Amino acid sequence: MAAARPSAIVARDLAAGYDARDVWAHANFSIPAGSFTAVLGPNGGGKSTLIRTILGLLPPSHGQLEVMGDRPRRGNPLIGYIPQRSTFDPELSIRGRDFVNLGIDGHRWGVRLPGTGAALAADAAILSVGAESYADRSIGRLSGGEQQRLLLAQALVGNPQLLLMDEPLSQLDVRNQSLIVQLIGDLKRARELTVLLIAHDVNPLLPHIDRVLYVAHGNVAMGKPEEIITSESLTGIYSTPVEVLKDSRGRVFVVGLEEEVSHPHG
Amino acid sequence: MVDHSIFATITNTAPQLSWNLFDDIAALFHYDFMIHAFEAGTIVAVVAGAIGYFVVLRSSAFAAHALSHIGFAGATGAVVLALNPIYGLLAFTIGSGVAIGALGNRLRGRDVTIGIVLAWTLGLGVLFISLYNGGYATQAYALLFGEILGISTGDVLVTAIAGAITIAALIALYRPLLFASVDEDLAGAKGVPVTALSIAFMAILAVAVTEAVQVVGVLLIFALIVTPAAIAVRFTSRPPAAILTGVVLALAFTWAGLAIAYYSPHPVSFFITSMAFATYVVVRAAEPLGLRLQRNRAAAAG
Repeated sequence: MAAARPSAIVARDLAAGYDARDVWAHANFSIPAGSFTAVLGPNGGGKSTLIRTILGLLPPSHGQLEVMGDRPRRGNPLIGYIPQRSTFDPELSIRGRDFVNLGIDGHRWGVRLPGTGAALAADAAILSVGAESYADRSIGRLSGGEQQRLLLAQALVGNPQLLLMDEPLSQLDVRNQSLIVQLIGDLKRARELTVLLIAHDVNPLLPHIDRVLYVAHGNVAMGKPEEIITSESLTGIYSTPVEVLKDSRGRVFVVGLEEEVSHPHG
Repeated sequence: MVDHSIFATITNTAPQLSWNLFDDIAALFHYDFMIHAFEAGTIVAVVAGAIGYFVVLRSSAFAAHALSHIGFAGATGAVVLALNPIYGLLAFTIGSGVAIGALGNRLRGRDVTIGIVLAWTLGLGVLFISLYNGGYATQAYALLFGEILGISTGDVLVTAIAGAITIAALIALYRPLLFASVDEDLAGAKGVPVTALSIAFMAILAVAVTEAVQVVGVLLIFALIVTPAAIAVRFTSRPPAAILTGVVLALAFTWAGLAIAYYSPHPVSFFITSMAFATYVVVRAAEPLGLRLQRNRAAAAG
């Protein structure tokens, strides 16, 4: 069975952009269900544009895009999403649990009626990310790692099949980065999720990802990490000489694009 | 909007406090104008306390303030045209509310744009005042600082209808409005029409502001719409509890303000705004204390 896994996302000659200007074009890739893909590339290269297109927030300017066997549409319940953000405003006064609740029925009109089982679903999601000890505190007062776990609970509470995350690691220290990535990897296996994660630095992700999607210089290239993160392949993608170095612990360093890649805070 | 003969009567024969609290409270409801004031004040406090939660959550305090000021030009303009100022107020607050809502919540220069429009409309208001001669200063005064003691039975009815509409609209929009107020990107991706919601919210706020102007006037609107909610969110981060706390505080300020003003020669608005301010100061000052207590308790427990 595992050999013939269906595709979660398929792009055929896809292009997207704003105001009639394509950020990238001629994207052809297929993301298998149950895979963990890191989306990499320079700032402004169109990584978030790709996520917005998959979410149905931005119609493609050209080509075809299939998401979970269907056309992309806004509010697709099969998708869990964590938007790019810094951190919540410390003055934002809403309990973590109430924030997670919004992932269940925040898009529905009116107030929630009792007896929907939503409270149980929120409890389960909070437990699955290990946030139970601070879920009743105001989200703005929590640490970056705690906020990120509650964002994850919010994304998972509707039992999605596809998890899209826009730079969930950018505000975290190295230790929290690897903890969150480990958690995402565990949840992905337990729930058989397809995961797409935008990152600046591929290193914390390397033990978990099976694919890399590079979005740079108007192109989108996809492959296995060991195929894409090589001097030859990145030189082609960036159309400028790039060298990939490895240290003794297997961490990779991309040289030649220092301002653009591998710096966690670009 | 204002019946000066009633106002004159009560200021000339200021009631005296007795030592019997029950008599004093019963005396509050002796005159129709006080009953109307309590009725309208209660409705306005409920609406202001509830919508204030979303104003604070969305960081739209300045927009709420601006709505009332822009409304001032509408109200004075209506008087020049010999119309009820409340209609001019409503037209201008809803018009500007929809425009501010369409600007969106994230736009960086939004407050600057609002401020520029606000200054211009206040200028218009001054022009309209000068165009109208005939004891207009008192009317302008009532609009600026509120005149709850001059509310008629008809005004109470209009306030009740407007109040019911705002509360019904808030209930209908509750979940998506909360979602969009907490995280607009996330809510948008989940299918919440965030821009339409932002416009709808500002229109509801416009109606609420128009109602509240009767009680505290355009200059003092903050005391009823923003202060109770700003205090409430410091007590609880549960949205329904915060809304309820805001409503209770707004009611307390309004009722106490009316009661104290009845036995004093000073305006109601002064007492309402002062109590709101004093409560906010006390809560903010007590906060570090409360945190230290919590920490001590946690340290003792652990």
